[in-house]
Amino acid sequence: MSKDFNMVLAGFGGQGILFAGKVIAYGGLNDGKEISWLPSYGPEMRGGTANCSVCISDKTIGSPLVVTPDVLVALNLPSFEKFIDTVKPGGTVIVDSFLINKKVERDDVNAFYVPATKLAEENGIKGLANIILVGKLFKETGFCSEEALYKAVEKCIPARKANMLEFNKKALEIGMNS
Amino acid sequence: MAVVFERPHALADVPMHYCPGCTHGIVHRLVAEVIDELGVEGNAVGVASVGCSVMSYDYFNCDMVQAPHGRAPAVATGIKRARPENVVFTYQGDGDLAAIGTAETIHSATRGENITVIFINNAIYGMTGGQMAPTTLPNMVTQTTPYGRDVNTAGYPIRVCEMLSTLDGVALAQRVTVDSVKNVIAAKKAIKKAFQNQIEGKGFSIVEVVSTCPTNWGMSPYDAIKWLRDNMLPYYPLGVYKDETKGDRLK
Amino acid sequence: MSERFLMKGNEALAEAAIRAGCKHFFGYPITPQTELAAYMSKRMPKIGGTYLQAESELAAANMVLGASAAGVRAMTSSSSPGISLKTEAISYMAGSDVPALIINVQRGGPGLGGIQPSQADYWQATKATGHGDFQILVFAPATVQEMVDLVSDAFDMADKYRMPAMILADGMLGQMMEPVEFKEEGEKVLPEKPWAACGHHNQRKHNVVNSLYLTPQALESLVKERFERYEKIKATEQRASEYLVDDADIVLVAFGASARVAHSAVDMAREQGIKAGLIRPITLWPFPTDCLKKAAQTAKGFLSVEMNMGQMVDDVKLAINCSKPVDFFGRTGGVIPTPQEILDRIIKFGGEL
Repeated sequence: MSKDFNMVLAGFGGQGILFAGKVIAYGGLNDGKEISWLPSYGPEMRGGTANCSVCISDKTIGSPLVVTPDVLVALNLPSFEKFIDTVKPGGTVIVDSFLINKKVERDDVNAFYVPATKLAEENGIKGLANIILVGKLFKETGFCSEEALYKAVEKCIPARKANMLEFNKKALEIGMNS
Repeated sequence: MAVVFERPHALADVPMHYCPGCTHGIVHRLVAEVIDELGVEGNAVGVASVGCSVMSYDYFNCDMVQAPHGRAPAVATGIKRARPENVVFTYQGDGDLAAIGTAETIHSATRGENITVIFINNAIYGMTGGQMAPTTLPNMVTQTTPYGRDVNTAGYPIRVCEMLSTLDGVALAQRVTVDSVKNVIAAKKAIKKAFQNQIEGKGFSIVEVVSTCPTNWGMSPYDAIKWLRDNMLPYYPLGVYKDETKGDRLK
Repeated sequence: MSERFLMKGNEALAEAAIRAGCKHFFGYPITPQTELAAYMSKRMPKIGGTYLQAESELAAANMVLGASAAGVRAMTSSSSPGISLKTEAISYMAGSDVPALIINVQRGGPGLGGIQPSQADYWQATKATGHGDFQILVFAPATVQEMVDLVSDAFDMADKYRMPAMILADGMLGQMMEPVEFKEEGEKVLPEKPWAACGHHNQRKHNVVNSLYLTPQALESLVKERFERYEKIKATEQRASEYLVDDADIVLVAFGASARVAHSAVDMAREQGIKAGLIRPITLWPFPTDCLKKAAQTAKGFLSVEMNMGQMVDDVKLAINCSKPVDFFGRTGGVIPTPQEILDRIIKFGGEL
């Protein structure tokens, strides 16, 4: 696999955008790829918009700021509207359709709709919509190997929150099966 | 023949640049005597400030660091944190300690930084030629208060010991002077205590020495001492403003 | 090889400093370097070191002066407005021949400016990190791994030449995560500092760490001696990395974050058949003039790409003695240039050559 992935994940602060980006980044790293992860940062501490750029590549990564992503994962409407036109033709768009009641109007991208926030609640893993969407992204793009992805989740969850590990794995599976 | 009086070892045998009648010389000697008596010269690091005492690094025989204006307590903090086994002291004037370095003074005090501060308060900027200091008295004439310090425009003097005595981190805040033999002896006792506190790990200790500046006050040394008694001491009463060495300090 | 893991630039700088034997950190909060101080506050107590949040950047830098004067490895970090306040102590450190590490995770300026990534402090870092005749060592990492590697080098060279060193990073490098690897080196052996003020223990004459010299001739000879040292550094310590420079018609010159974007732009240009290359200064002082001079023999022109209004471009012109056209492209105020806009400039500049 030698495809490069330049991704933007975007939503509200508190939705776990940066964490999801980190899981994706570790997935790539576990496959021996070059990786960069760049968060937006601003004056707002809670409830503002949050997004991050993740690059996975076989080559040295130049600018870590993704301007024209091949993958967009959107968790709220403002982010969806802000980034949808930046996605490269042929790119992939993953939408939390529970929070975003709009469809992608472009026909040159592959759009997938997952009611992740609702699925998370129904499955008793409230707050893990982000990881459900990572599961979906994995299924649709194969941005890393399955083994690397599960190892990534293990890496990103600190030992003191070990009980969260199973929930996160469950979230990945829900995403993969959606 | 028995030696009854000699130069303290910690005081370098060099001519000092201080003006005739200036009390810096006395205070230098007291600090050096204390260093000798406590046997800490080899362990001591002094921090020279900016002002008349800037060249004190040449006058003390212990290791010395020269700090930017007002930053002596910060520099001393760095030294003490790096080398807790060293006995670290600053030697600062009123402009340095109570104007440009007010933040450094207050914060090293409130941190309870385990250092010793010797503070010379002569109510004037000496080195630059006699400008108003934060401790210049109301109505006092200086180069930059030619009509006398007008408190309506230039504000009021700062009483440093009183101010610092409100801070929990301060172990000792004491004001002394060196206008008489009796007071010189009391000053030395206070300075010794301020060093002893550090050795015992008790925290920030400051000794304010109400001093003269005959040159910039425009007086003879004799008149300067008289002026100090008549004008400085009523505004800056001598005494112990804080002494936590016996009581239990808030932890 | 030890494991590669993801780390934020700011945290990597902190961990690298600790591994380089720095146990004394004095800071003051400012975005976007905050994670560095936070990391130190977590780690220092565990290794018996000092983390101290000072009352101001002025105080923090002067605490570094004190700790370094006492002979230990000490550092502070800040971002642009805070660095301006630290310049007082940096000048004194330079004037007292005291080594130290200062990290600037740059943001937009002037004034309070913004908090997004910038390289607008190039002039300050390389020309005037305070008053007086002096230079400091300036390193410009472009990856998180390089941040790690350069921290150690910066401390070593600061000690070797007895002068302050700066890591000139920016908000992008500070905030981003990349894989890093720390070499297992064990406890670092630090050089002896016989000049340090840490008590003479009745074994030697007293040491004085001082920058005051009231006799002009004495001060002049000391400054001259320091500048002889600077000449040695210029001759031996220049560092730059080259990418596709050998056959390049247009050589981009960029450091740090902007060099990453320029790297992407060079790739895009090559795809179009434009012979572009990149020289990335790693030391900003000493500036890698040798590398630029060599490139000037074959390149048709140089394009300085910066996240400011054009600061390093002057040094590029000086390095090649204006022997070739030098163009500039920059974004400022916290805007990160895109590879496309740099490519557009390459094409435009190429057309003018």
